[in-house]
Amino acid sequence: MFDFDLTMELLQLDFVRDALLAGAVVGLVAGVLGPLVVTRRMSFAVHGTSELAFTGAAAALLLGVGIGYGALAGAIAAALLLGLLGQRESDRDSVIGAVLAFGLGVGVFLLWLYPGRAQNKFGLLVGQIAAVDTTDLALLTGSAIVVLAVLAVIYRPLLFASVDPDVAVARGVPTGWLAPLFAVLIGVASAMGVQTVGALLVLALLITPAAAACRVTASPLRATLLAVVFAEVAMVGGILLSLAPGVPVSAFVTAIAFAIYVACRLVARWRARESF
Amino acid sequence: MTQPVSGVSAETEAVSLRDARLSYGQRTLWNGLNLDVEPGEFLAVLGPNGSGKTSLLRVLLGTQELTSGTARVVGESPGKGNRRIGYVPQQRAMASGLTLRGTDLVGLGLDGHRWGVGVRGRARRKRVAEALDAVGASEYGNMPVGQLSGGEQQRLRVAQALVGDPDVLLCDEPLLSLDLAHQRTVSELIDRRRREAGTAVLFVTHEINPVLSMVDRVLYLVAGRFRVGTTGEVMNSATLSELYGTRVEVIRVADQIHVAGAHVALCEDEPHHLEHAVGE
Repeated sequence: MFDFDLTMELLQLDFVRDALLAGAVVGLVAGVLGPLVVTRRMSFAVHGTSELAFTGAAAALLLGVGIGYGALAGAIAAALLLGLLGQRESDRDSVIGAVLAFGLGVGVFLLWLYPGRAQNKFGLLVGQIAAVDTTDLALLTGSAIVVLAVLAVIYRPLLFASVDPDVAVARGVPTGWLAPLFAVLIGVASAMGVQTVGALLVLALLITPAAAACRVTASPLRATLLAVVFAEVAMVGGILLSLAPGVPVSAFVTAIAFAIYVACRLVARWRARESF
Repeated sequence: MTQPVSGVSAETEAVSLRDARLSYGQRTLWNGLNLDVEPGEFLAVLGPNGSGKTSLLRVLLGTQELTSGTARVVGESPGKGNRRIGYVPQQRAMASGLTLRGTDLVGLGLDGHRWGVGVRGRARRKRVAEALDAVGASEYGNMPVGQLSGGEQQRLRVAQALVGDPDVLLCDEPLLSLDLAHQRTVSELIDRRRREAGTAVLFVTHEINPVLSMVDRVLYLVAGRFRVGTTGEVMNSATLSELYGTRVEVIRVADQIHVAGAHVALCEDEPHHLEHAVGE
């Protein structure tokens, strides 16, 4: 299944290199955002946002516009919608559920209208990284730079507001607009994920590596570095393994990410036992 | 009263309120409040739920505007992110899996409100280490905060509030849900700080006994009425009966004060969680 020579041969191809580059860029952004997403308990929000990125991408496919732009528009709309409707913590969970279901339904309808190849439809859900071309790569890289630049400015107060909201507010951190801004950043990252691993599996990049990292370290900085490493291993490793057998990358990406997660849980358990 | 040792000059009041009024719609929490807190003074803020104790702290933190009147913190108008203020919130257990160590929590108290990623220099590490040492928390400074006991977490909170070297320390029920031994350690840390550094302390509490020996003066708020004075002047049957508008007995037993009266007892036994809902 994992034919080494075939893999090496495929690696000579430009589109494969583009795919690897795209994967590395998405892995970096997901790894950096992940620990904050885990700390803020936003897994479900990420899932909801990526479903709406799928809706946007489906609409773009139907209209013949770039899928990347559609996904981006859908994800940002989702982030703003969830930010507006889900202000109260007690509402948030159900608001995400309702919006997610509706968005997915609309997406299914749009795909049904689309007369083109079934492969393109399937790709939106489970990823189609081989279809990433140079324009997509430029959009991905641009999005990544914007997300990382904004995060570099707001990181410290955002971390403060995430781990210690009462004192952060008392210290003058503007939590009122940091939360929706972070939701938009997650939206952009989700849209990037839809193009590579697909709407259903964005969680495997934004949540699983960070959740694994948070199991083995309590340092926010170290957790971020580890999450980036884990996300890159899962993403780049997943693409490499998928080359020869021609399986959708997301199957391997999720498998590697989950294996890392299980390993980190075992390490944490072993450590806890050692300390007694 | 304790003389200020260092920090702000003796002429500047640490906290000053003039004819201050706070209303939410039709409801007035307090009106005509005049209050001066000197450097190094320990003021206990008491009163039943919804009497505006936490709101008073919010006004000083700059997150709540007065309806009328003026407020000053070390001679300046309250503003968001005032570095002269340290804040100790209610003890609330931190999530056990939280990705955060004691050093991170204290460090955020120092510069968490500033933009940027935060360059961690040696000077910063030293300050954080000193703050941890001052509250006796060095031992567990590198452990995940979620795995610490409530008392240990609250010590870190005190270090977090003091690391910025504030002139005013605002404490909102910092002893809530701590056992007696930890109540004593935490309140003694706060007391030592104001004696050594002349930091003024505003200590919101529903239970005065754990800090009785430290309190210089009491601000007692009840349904729009209030009284400021020494513990003896305020915590007596006549004054509290007048404030509550009903018969209240204050009994001093050994070195404790007990307030009896159906209405009061009900309020005193509960912390003021409900107050957080007001105005939001």
